Amino acid sequence: MKKIISFVVGDIIRNRIVLAYTAVLLLFSLGLFSLEPHPEKALLSLMNIVLVFVPLASIVFSTIHYYNSAEFMELVLAQPVARSRVLLVEFAGIALALALAFLIGVGLPVLWYEASARGVLLVLGGVMATVVFVALAFLGAVSFRDKAQGIGAALILWFFFALVFDALLLLVLYNFSEYPLERAVLILTMLNPIDIARMMIITRMDTAALMGHSGAVFREFLAGGWGWIAAWMALLAWGGLPLAGAVRIFSRKDL
Amino acid sequence: MIRIENLSKSFGRNTALSDITLQLSPGQCVALIGPNGSGKTTLLKCILGLVRPSAGKVWVNGITAAGNWAYREHIGYMPQVGRYPDQMKVEQVLELIRQIRGREAARHTDAELIGAFGLEEVMAQRMYTLSGGTRQKVSATLAFLFGPPILILDEPTAGLDPVANEVLKDKIRRQCERGKLIIITSHILSDLDDVATDVLFLQEGRMQFFKTLASLKAETREDRLSRAIARIMQKEKP
Repeated sequence: MKKIISFVVGDIIRNRIVLAYTAVLLLFSLGLFSLEPHPEKALLSLMNIVLVFVPLASIVFSTIHYYNSAEFMELVLAQPVARSRVLLVEFAGIALALALAFLIGVGLPVLWYEASARGVLLVLGGVMATVVFVALAFLGAVSFRDKAQGIGAALILWFFFALVFDALLLLVLYNFSEYPLERAVLILTMLNPIDIARMMIITRMDTAALMGHSGAVFREFLAGGWGWIAAWMALLAWGGLPLAGAVRIFSRKDL
Repeated sequence: MIRIENLSKSFGRNTALSDITLQLSPGQCVALIGPNGSGKTTLLKCILGLVRPSAGKVWVNGITAAGNWAYREHIGYMPQVGRYPDQMKVEQVLELIRQIRGREAARHTDAELIGAFGLEEVMAQRMYTLSGGTRQKVSATLAFLFGPPILILDEPTAGLDPVANEVLKDKIRRQCERGKLIIITSHILSDLDDVATDVLFLQEGRMQFFKTLASLKAETREDRLSRAIARIMQKEKP
């Protein structure tokens, strides 16, 4: 099992697109840290880039890779092996390879320039975003036979979580500004994996003081052990549930 | 060895297979032929458990294909299009399949085709550097590598050069004589003529006939499979 996963990882990390992805992340991180004298400000800018770019790259690359390896997966599935295992190995291979790319591209520079708790948190948040969006990619890819439709679905998912969701959230906040919405917003935030990661990182920064009352509520929520655990559980669920759905669909579909 | 009963499969409104019943035994080399879209690949995929039948059942060595996977240790499969992970080496692909098939399979390794195709030279090369024909040789090698009693070959000779073609046909013939069950689809009827013992003809998802090659030739009074098939198809036209 380990050997099989290592073959898959070895194949993907040699992929030109993954190498380019690593280089771009490295460029962002090194550029920001060397241009911005304030490491916390650099970290904040890096977070904003990472939480938009990493999900996009992860979901699009995984989707395309899934469709491109369809023929090989068919050959593997003609061997005595359960379908769920094949899909999980493929998932583990892509998620590990992209997480490795992220750790080299962002993890190393962050540990070099800003090896603080919030720095580590940014790296963890990026790795989780990678895993979650690979899982979402698998759910989309097993649901559509057609490659173009699958890639379309991946882009729509990314667009929704990266942009549309926050716009809707702002709309709610604006229209119901007379009501005490802090708790509601906290719960709504859990419905977007990117927002969970952002919230976890941002409340550890001094900037959180500028976020007014909701910033205080978020901080209070995440300061307690339970809130922290709840946020992590939500993030893990965002990886686990789409993956479980993908395995379920994949086990029953015609190939 | 393989028993199929009332097998039907439809994709949405399209019927790919309808009501197929047949039994295949060791020592048979079955040529599965029919026009494009007649359901050949779907039938093979039903045996492999890659496609779930809409109705009917498939048994392989007494085990139902639906919901099981362990029975596939008895089957070697060569797909129509062999696409492999670009950056994997040939030896890694072979090792990967060996790992999946487990220790038991590794004990019956039959590496004859590696030598016969001259694949030793490309073992350390990555898959994307190989030509289509060489990739096809890798696919053929994989199908025979673990000595399975059933071989399913989907268009095996389509991209092979004449030398490799003869090597593969020779291998198929000898395996068949040793009592293995072999199922081949191909549009190159002359290749099938050299190896097949039986002919299964599909058209629009229905089984038109399933006879031995000898009786087919006797009935049509032709000595080539291609002529015999042409004669039958002419006869059916009103």
